[in-house]
Amino acid sequence: MNTYKRSMAGWWQRNPFYRWYMLRELSCVFVTAYALVLLLGLYRLVQGPEAFAAWQAALAMPGSLVFHLVALVLVGYHSWTWFKIMPKTLPRISLPDWAVVTGGIGAVIAVSAALLWTALG
Amino acid sequence: MRSIAIECLRYHPETDRAPRLQSYDVPFTDDMSVLQGLQYIKDQLDGSLTFRWSCRMAICGSCGLMLNGKPSLGCEHFLRDYYPGPLRVEPLNHFPIVRDLAIDQSDFLRKLESVKPWLIGEPPAKGTHLQTPRQLDEYYQYSQCINCLLCYAACAQYGLNDKFTGPAALALLHRYNADSRDHGKQERMQVVNAEDGVWGCTLVGYCSEVCPKGVDPARAVNQNKIESTKDYFLRFLAPRKGA
Repeated sequence: MNTYKRSMAGWWQRNPFYRWYMLRELSCVFVTAYALVLLLGLYRLVQGPEAFAAWQAALAMPGSLVFHLVALVLVGYHSWTWFKIMPKTLPRISLPDWAVVTGGIGAVIAVSAALLWTALG
Repeated sequence: MRSIAIECLRYHPETDRAPRLQSYDVPFTDDMSVLQGLQYIKDQLDGSLTFRWSCRMAICGSCGLMLNGKPSLGCEHFLRDYYPGPLRVEPLNHFPIVRDLAIDQSDFLRKLESVKPWLIGEPPAKGTHLQTPRQLDEYYQYSQCINCLLCYAACAQYGLNDKFTGPAALALLHRYNADSRDHGKQERMQVVNAEDGVWGCTLVGYCSEVCPKGVDPARAVNQNKIESTKDYFLRFLAPRKGA
């Protein structure tokens, strides 16, 4: 049978659903990068107070601030998508989907607020 | 009477090297579905337009189409909702086009057969199977699948790699594995565990969005990632016969 197979080139630009999916996948890069920055901070702390102060100074540079702002938005989006699909990936439980999603997002907000309170207090 | 431009993707393998768009001006009433619009074209404007349909009421799953880029059943959507148009009608994405809006479904039919979508095991010696509402609830939504293939047209992973077993076949696999009357889970686990089984899914999730029957194939596939993981590790604890 003579059939025609269409190309998949640029597939993710054809539908907003795919674009949000690709952004979800891309956000992993920023989550990883942010984790590496934190790990580097730990490494510099082990090296001594001067090394740690240099790491802190680097964090205050404009490029670093922009990176952290972008990472904050993308980590937030990543968390939201993570909990949004969580009901599909969990073994069958008796909780409704909305409870899993809102419970997860609520937990992220509560832990973030507690950390912020600890850091600022 | 209002009218709307319907742009149909046309492909006749005898004369066309690639698909082309053809526009038709279709008068419509408020109660006309997109499928009825296509039938108007075929009856009144161009008898050469090819498309599939049967029940006209979202039961048979024959009239799956891309409507303005979204996998949809032609019978389930009204022309009025696309007014003033134009409305672009294309064959379901990710499948080879046989002619105009008709796709080649044979790849799916092979996959459907591979998941053994029937009850495996002996029927009860006396009477009928008994099942509690809770047991029914384990698989009921997945049994609503009508094989319309909208989920395959939504699945980017299937589009990129058509070896992937795909959403509907895996949802139907789960429908039987989750049925208390069935004893064929071990046979089907080969399909679940395979390279092109559940691990081909990256949870884009669009399959569950477009399903016209409320089936959640993404959930079925990802529930079986858990089953596949359990199956992998349990073989070390309790080696199977012949393994």
